[in-house]
Amino acid sequence: MEIKPPVPIIPAPIWRNIKDLQEWEQLHQKRPEGDKHSVAFESITEGIHSFPGGFVVTTGVDAFLNWARKSSVWPVTFGLACCAIEMMATFASRFDVERLGMVPWASPRHSDLMVVSGTVTIKMAPMLERIYAQMPDPKWAVSMGSCANSGGPFRHGYHVVKGVDRVIPVDVYVPGCPPPPESLLNGLLLLQDQIAQFRRTGKRAAPNPKVD
Amino acid sequence: MTHEQAKTLIGERFGGAQIEGATLLTVTVPAADWRPFASFAKDELGCRFFSFSTAVDWKEQGLEVVAKVDNVDTGLSILMKTKLGPGVSECHSLVPVFRGADWMERECYDMFGIRFDGHPDLRRILLGDDWVGHPLLKSYAVDTPHPPYR
Repeated sequence: MEIKPPVPIIPAPIWRNIKDLQEWEQLHQKRPEGDKHSVAFESITEGIHSFPGGFVVTTGVDAFLNWARKSSVWPVTFGLACCAIEMMATFASRFDVERLGMVPWASPRHSDLMVVSGTVTIKMAPMLERIYAQMPDPKWAVSMGSCANSGGPFRHGYHVVKGVDRVIPVDVYVPGCPPPPESLLNGLLLLQDQIAQFRRTGKRAAPNPKVD
Repeated sequence: MTHEQAKTLIGERFGGAQIEGATLLTVTVPAADWRPFASFAKDELGCRFFSFSTAVDWKEQGLEVVAKVDNVDTGLSILMKTKLGPGVSECHSLVPVFRGADWMERECYDMFGIRFDGHPDLRRILLGDDWVGHPLLKSYAVDTPHPPYR
């Protein structure tokens, strides 16, 4: 079994100054689309597939990994506007997303989920894109509220991005202005349902929520 | 200093000024008297507090620059205005008189494109440096395509 090197080869993250960090980030952004599993895992999967009946094992492994993924979705604490207040309420003890395995984490490098909570301005969009790029794969994004979905009441403003899906790919859209914590919780459950059907092909599974 | 005294002083010194209002004095001066009136208000009327500065786009009548200065000791407030005239976007800066006018006039430049003569550092403050146009002008098309996110 041949272990393929990553494409392109990403140097070890030794940052002496900010320029090194920027270079490292650029290399990470150049990674081909669909690089969701590690290279070693990909090789093992291919190896197992060549055995008779091996796909049963890989399906099991995938299901297990997806169960692990959906049970520990860590959202990055990234609030933009008034929706962030509802997001904080959802993360706090009354609604308690920690029972779903979600720990609001203050670092994009350890997070799997970005809840875009609020109006994305044109000036903020590059920073948002950068934070999203800093998150490790596999990663998901939830667009929360009318502003992040489509620009909302500020759609005709000169400074507003008309929907955050013009900046980053979005998995779940939560409507509302702002959405109450119940709505966001519903969206997060939907996302977990999507993650449970996650495949390395990169195709989005059709949501079939049991929560609605 | 009472409002009546201030009115008389302004009338004596600036003949071209229109004075309105009872509690908040609204003084409209010609564009050439903009900075002299500001230093007069600061030194002789005691309005040392620069409250804000902004502009109004009156379409074909041109732009109007507005600033409010306060005398915090006597409660005298002066709203100073000047009409720049149609098609004109140059105005004297108030930064040599009030240092607090710096960012206000930068915002005014950002939103209305008024070039303040004598401003030390006139560049955009709220929008990005690569922004095209001045969005609070009435002639600014709202749905102007602006790369890369629109």
